[in-house]
Formats: sequence, structure tokens, C-alpha cells
Amino acid sequence: MSSELRAPARDDRDGAERGKPDDADGEPVLELDGVTKRYGDATVIDDLSLSVREGELLTLLGPSGCGKTTTLRLIAGLERPSGGEIRLNGRPVSGSAFEPPEVRDVGVVFQEFALFPHLTARENIAFGLDDMDEAARTDRVDDLLELVGLVDHGEKQPGELSGGQQQRVALARSLAPEPHLLLLDEPFSNLDVDLRVEMREEVRSILQEAGVTAVSVTHDQEEAMSISDRIAVMYEGQLEQVDTPEGVFQQPRSRFVASFLGHASFLSGRVEGDVVETGVGDIPTTSINGLAPEYDGTDIDVMVRPDDVVARRPAPDELANGEVIHRRYLGPTVLYRVRLDSGDVVGCMHNHAEEVPLDEPVSVSLDADHDLAWFPRGSQGRPRRADD
Amino acid sequence: MATTDLTAVLDRDEDGALPVGLTLLSGAIAAAVLSPLVWVAANALEADGAVSLITAPTTVEVFINSGLLVAGVTLGSLVLGVPTAYLTVRTDLPFKRGFSVLLAMPLVIPSYIGAFAFVSAFGPRGTLQGLLEPVGIETLPSIYGLSGTVLVLTLYTYPYVFLTTRAALKSMDTTLVDAARTLGHGRREAFRKVTVPQIRPAVAAGALLVALYALSDFGTPSIMRYNVFTSVIYSVYGDILGGGRDLAAVLSLQLVVVTSIILAIESRVRGSGVTAESPNTRTTPLRLGRWRWVAVAACLAVVVAALAVPLAVLTSWLAGAGQPTTGQLGFELSYVTNSVGVAAAAALVSALAALPLAYFAARHDSRLASLFERASYVGYAVPGVVMGLALVYFGATYGGDLYRNGLILLPLLVFAYVVRFLPQAVGSSRTSVEQVSGRLPEAARTLGRSPIGAFRDVTLPLVAPGVAAGAALVFLTTMKELPATLMLRPAGFSTLVTRVWTAYESGYVGQAALPAFVLLFVSALSMLLILRMEGYDVE
Repeated sequence: MSSELRAPARDDRDGAERGKPDDADGEPVLELDGVTKRYGDATVIDDLSLSVREGELLTLLGPSGCGKTTTLRLIAGLERPSGGEIRLNGRPVSGSAFEPPEVRDVGVVFQEFALFPHLTARENIAFGLDDMDEAARTDRVDDLLELVGLVDHGEKQPGELSGGQQQRVALARSLAPEPHLLLLDEPFSNLDVDLRVEMREEVRSILQEAGVTAVSVTHDQEEAMSISDRIAVMYEGQLEQVDTPEGVFQQPRSRFVASFLGHASFLSGRVEGDVVETGVGDIPTTSINGLAPEYDGTDIDVMVRPDDVVARRPAPDELANGEVIHRRYLGPTVLYRVRLDSGDVVGCMHNHAEEVPLDEPVSVSLDADHDLAWFPRGSQGRPRRADD
Repeated sequence: MATTDLTAVLDRDEDGALPVGLTLLSGAIAAAVLSPLVWVAANALEADGAVSLITAPTTVEVFINSGLLVAGVTLGSLVLGVPTAYLTVRTDLPFKRGFSVLLAMPLVIPSYIGAFAFVSAFGPRGTLQGLLEPVGIETLPSIYGLSGTVLVLTLYTYPYVFLTTRAALKSMDTTLVDAARTLGHGRREAFRKVTVPQIRPAVAAGALLVALYALSDFGTPSIMRYNVFTSVIYSVYGDILGGGRDLAAVLSLQLVVVTSIILAIESRVRGSGVTAESPNTRTTPLRLGRWRWVAVAACLAVVVAALAVPLAVLTSWLAGAGQPTTGQLGFELSYVTNSVGVAAAAALVSALAALPLAYFAARHDSRLASLFERASYVGYAVPGVVMGLALVYFGATYGGDLYRNGLILLPLLVFAYVVRFLPQAVGSSRTSVEQVSGRLPEAARTLGRSPIGAFRDVTLPLVAPGVAAGAALVFLTTMKELPATLMLRPAGFSTLVTRVWTAYESGYVGQAALPAFVLLFVSALSMLLILRMEGYDVE
């Protein structure tokens, strides 16, 4: 249980590594190769390939019914794939051969925790340790209770524990046999909102301390971004994008990813030489991520997040280029929706002190300190770059 | 979220296939349970002159008698059960809690003991006549026949309607009635237009239980000397290797057909009742005003007739035992040990048979699984007399020496109990399996347990209480079972039930006193268990 195993996956955010997770440093602990799962006529997972490196925490993120929980169950061996292969440490476990869950060396934290209600917290944690002798088992359970901060609660039944404590027992139970891979199915969805944020941090640090490779599943993009080394966005049984949290947020590969990870607006624009003409003025092509020269003279959509654009009352000598049509007060910030003269509608996030009146002309300008993502007009995804 | 993902996969095994071992085992149990019925049908169809037997005057009379009995008892139970339920739930009836308990209590008295007591009290040369003789009343209206049978059976079966109606009234959202009244309906109109449609399924379910009970009951019509299917089948079965066999088989088949018709009618009448998720029952109770004491008197009359009469009669037997009219107590401990022995065997076998069926049905959402589970319920609708008859046939035909020396009879008797009462064990086992999340055995698998290990260490300990409760119910119900016990018991094997019956047949009522009290006690226990399992609420 050391923390040295954790790969420095967060460091390569701007390098050529992005989009090529397979050959990044760290041995792949888990590989999915063209995995497909069908129930009758319905294809739940379609030709999914993915690999997870030693020591990283990868999150499968997607909306309800996108197949992410099924993917997790396939990895655990609780389901059999209809096609493709799953390998753990290079050893095929589903596909050409099938290993049942009990021999896979994969731990699972279930959504509803699945603590055995007839056993105490200690007995739950010791459940997977029945090949150890009594003394070693007691020591191991003690270590884990300490790891999850429940030393005084070992003798309690699951029903006597709070939601957060139950989750910690579930985590300790799945870590006890030192699995090669830990799977977490919507681990925070059964907790109160307040507890959720706290437990995220805590679970992440426990996993880090245990040095375990983990795959988690969630539909909550904030949760995915805050705990993961990498995020795999799934939609309708397919993988949309695998990247660091920054990568999927700032450089989404598809319009689906763009809008699923937070608010996204699109500025319609036309590439003219070294600028893109849009409703908020010309944007230099150097500020657009990977816009290839062959798109010169074509229509594209530039993605902007609410914090990338600012709406102000026009200065005396300035022309307004839009009108505030909606205003949502969120406490610390205010989200405005502005209809540009060009017809696009964009969302702008402002500090609550910066008031802009409703139904008045405003001047909208770009205020982003990073490259913007873009999509060819009428296409759902982005063209693959040469270095992909 | 993820629920959509999960529901898609919950009901399937790893690869969507059904486990072979479990499927075969459940199928075998279902087939065994159905076999007596198949046996009866085959015999009836083979009977010489089956058609002429069906149209014979006796058969037609028995058919009409049974029909009248079922109709009379069902109607009577509705008349007693629905108003008493309404009074104890929705009005300001005095002593509501007491009546809620007392009005359900007649279920505790096995109807044959009730019938025995009524005949003893109100029959010719009975207690009442003895009391009235000095006044010059020499004859009473006869307790025997249709009216007496209807009266006694109604008194001991109306609680089914009472209980189901109460449950529906309690779970019904009373704001619906309030809404109807704010929309300009009077109380009576609101009752007819809102309450009645809401409680109708529950009333129909209670009436179904009553009708099935009335049709299949053997003891009461026999004691009240009223010829119905069950009593005639029993009276001719002794001659099974002679001419009685065909008649018995034909009547049995008819009885089973009539049972199915009742089941079909009930599913028609029931319709779809909707129960509110969290009922709002804060409405003010109906004020009875000066009718309060009339209502109390009516409820009290029912309680006295159904409870006080048999208790008084039994007590007088016990007190009078030893006198020439009542006979010796003649009680032996072996009656109790025999009763407990067969009942324990039936409970154990039922639990063992129920677990695979319940597990299969609860965990696998397949047609086959629910078919097997349903099959286990068929035995419930097969009257004990038919079951006894089928197994006696079976033993006599295939048992050979084992039948002649009686060795096969006890296993057959236990089998009859299991087939009849298995649904009680399956029901509660299935509920308890359903309450164990499918994630728990999966968690055990990911922690290194084999499928069998996961079942043994996780599922089994969690479902054990439910299975045990089901087995306990089978145990108590078996203790009271009359017809199959009479037909299948080996010579010289007496239980509490057969003692009561022998005392009735011989006229030495004193010998019935103690076994009858023990049976009442057992009955009370089983009733408490059922009410507890169903969360009966006297408030």
C-alpha cells in the first residue's frame, strides 16, 4: 500500500500525450478490446475499447442509460460480453476465456454499497479475507478500519451506520483483499449533497493512499472532473472521448461532450485567412485549437463556456452587438443569456456585483485565456488532428 | 440514475441464460405438486360411464347443494364482513380496537369444531333443548341441512372479508371521499361512487377465500349432514376399489372445475384497485349518533355467536367429561406427538421445496420461473378431500405391499400436506428473497465467493427468517387439517384432529374437549403469525 504507484497522469495536459492514453507511461492494468454487449436486439455497449493504466483513477462519465454501469459489470465479471475481449494485466478474462468474478481480483463498491446486513462492519470487511489466518485477518481489518477512519465502529451493524460510514465500510471491504483493480459504481449518488463533496475528497485520498488502480462510474460531471485522472465520456454505448478532466472540458471532441460537461454555447463563424469572423468580433485562428488551413473559407462553430465571454454596457463610442434576454441569479454569480445580433445565443457568467440590465443592448466580447474548441458546421464531432 | 442500466441487467444471469440445476429442480417440484391433480383427472376421464355419472341424480343434487352452500356462505360473509369492517374503520363505534380484534377472532376456530359445538348446543337432544324442555318446548328448528351449514360456515369465514375490507379501507386515501363531498356528493353517494370502487378488489379477494373455503370444507357439511361434493366423496371413497371409485373421481374433477370457475369469476370482479402510496386518513370518522349502540349490539351478537358458543360448549364438555353422556377424556400424549410429528415433517419438506421455487421466481424474470411458482399454488385450490382421494388411489394402485401394510401412508400424508400448504411457504420465502438485493451475492462474488458460497454465506442467512415463518405457518395449518388426515392416516395412527372426529362419530363428546382446545390454541398461534406477517393494525 504505497503511494509511489500513482502515475503522474495530470502533468501532461498540453503535451502530445492527450488523446493517446494507450501508450502513456504505466502498464495497462485493464484493457477492453472491441467489447460489445447486447440484450436481445438492444445493443447496450457497442465496440468499446479502452485501457486503464496502473495507479490511475479513470471515470466513465455519461448520461443515464449510456451503458457505463454495464461496462463496469462486464469488467467485474458479473456480465458476459457479447463480443470483444477484456484483459486484466494482459490476461484475457472475458471473450476467448471467461473468469468468474471470484477469481478476477477485482473489487467493487456498489452504488447502494451492498453491505451484508447480517454482519458487523468488521465482518463485512473480513468477508473477502477468509484465506488468511485469524490473526492476520484481524490485523488487516484493523488497518482498514484505520484507513477509512472507523476504528470505533467495527462492531456496528450496517443499519447503525450513517450513509458516509456505510460507504467507507464498503470501500474498506473492497480494498481488503488488495484487488488489482477497484470498480466504483456511482459511489456518491446515495449520499446527501453536503456529504457527497466531502466524501469525494476523502475517497480520492484513501484510494491514493492505497495506491490502487480504479475505474469509477458517474453521471455527475462535477464529480468526474474533481476525482479523476482521466475521464472516459460515454454516450449511447460508445466512447466519445477519453482525456484528462481539462482535456474533455476545454477541448471536447464532440458537441455531446461539449454540452454534457457544463454549459456550452456556440458562436457561428467563418474562417477568413487568419481570423474567424463571429458575432462577437474577429477571433485570431491562433486562438482556436488546431484549426487546420484547409478550413479556410468554411463555416465553423466556436465553442465558448460562460466564463469565456463578457457582456457589458457598451462604452459611449462602442456599438452594441447583442441584447440580454434572460438572467439567472445563482448567488455568487449571475448567468446571462445574450442574443447576439448575428442570431447566436450565448451564455455569460458574471460576478454577482456586475449588474447588466435585462432587455438592454450590450456589448459582448471574448475573454478567454486558452485556446477555444471548434466544430465544422453541421458536424457532430471534430476532425481528428494529424497527431491523433 | 444508472437504474435504467441496472434494471436492464438485474433479472438476467451472467449470460442471460437460466441456471440449469435450479430450473430442473424447480420444474421437478412443480411437477410433483401437480401430479395428484393429473391423477384425478385421468381417473375421472377413464371412469366407466363418466357421462352417466355426471348426469346421475345424486351428482346433480350434490352439484346444486354445493352451489347453494357456496352462494349462501359468500353472501352471508359479505353481509357480516363489509359493514363490520366499515364500522371499525370509519365510524365512531365504541370499543373500536376491541372489536377490530374480536371480529377477526372466529378465524381461530376451525369450522369443524364450530360445527360440532353448534350441533351439540342447538341440535336435537342438545344443550339448548335440554334447557327449554321444562318450559315445554320439545323440538327446535333443525340445525342440520343447508341453513345450519350456511350459518356455521359464515360465522367462521366472514373474517376473511372483514380483514381484506378493513385493509382496503385503511389504505384508501380518504381525501378522495372529501373531494367527492366538496364536489356536491352526499356521504352515501360518495360511498357508492368513490369508496365502493376502491375497496371492491379487496372485498372480492376476501369473498374468493370464503367461496373456496366453503366449497372445499369437508368437516362442517359432514357434521351438519348436508350432502356436498366433499362429504359425498368422503363417504364413497371407502369403497374405492369397487364402484365408489368412479363416482369419487368424477365428483373430484367436478369440484376442481367449480373451483377454477370461482377463481375465474373473482379475477373478473376484482378489476384494478389502486391503493394510495401514502394514504391520507385524517378524515373525521362518521358519527353514528343514536345508532351507536345498535351497531355495538350487532357486532357483539356476531362475536357471541361465533366465539362464545363454541367456547362455552367446549368448556362444558371438559367439565362434564367422565359423565355417561360425554364419555371419558381418553387423552393420550401420542395424539399430540403424532400431530406435531407429521406437521413438523410437512413444514420441513415445504421449506425445502419452497426455497428453490421462491428463489427461482424472485431472481429470474422468466416465464418458466413464474409458471413453476404458479403451479405450486394449484394445490391451494385443490380441496383436501380430493388430495386425499388422489393419493389413496395412487397408493392402492402402485403401493403394493407398502400400501397393504400401511408403510406408504405416512409419506403420502406428508406429501398431501406439502402440496396443499406449499403456497404459504413459497409466498413468504419469495418475499424474503426479493428483499435481498441482487447486489449482495454479487458483492460476495467479487470478494472471492463461488456462486454456491455466496448463496450460503449471504443469501441464505438473510432469507432464513422468512422461510422459517412460512414453514411455521405450514406447521400450524397442517395441525388443523382434517380430510386428508382422515383418509391417509395408517390404522391406529391418531392425531388431535382425528380424535375430535372420532369423538363426533362415536358421540362421546368429552373425548373431543381436550384435543379441540389444543387445536384452538394452535389455530390462535397461526392466526397471530399471519397477522404479524401481514402487519395487522387494530387502530
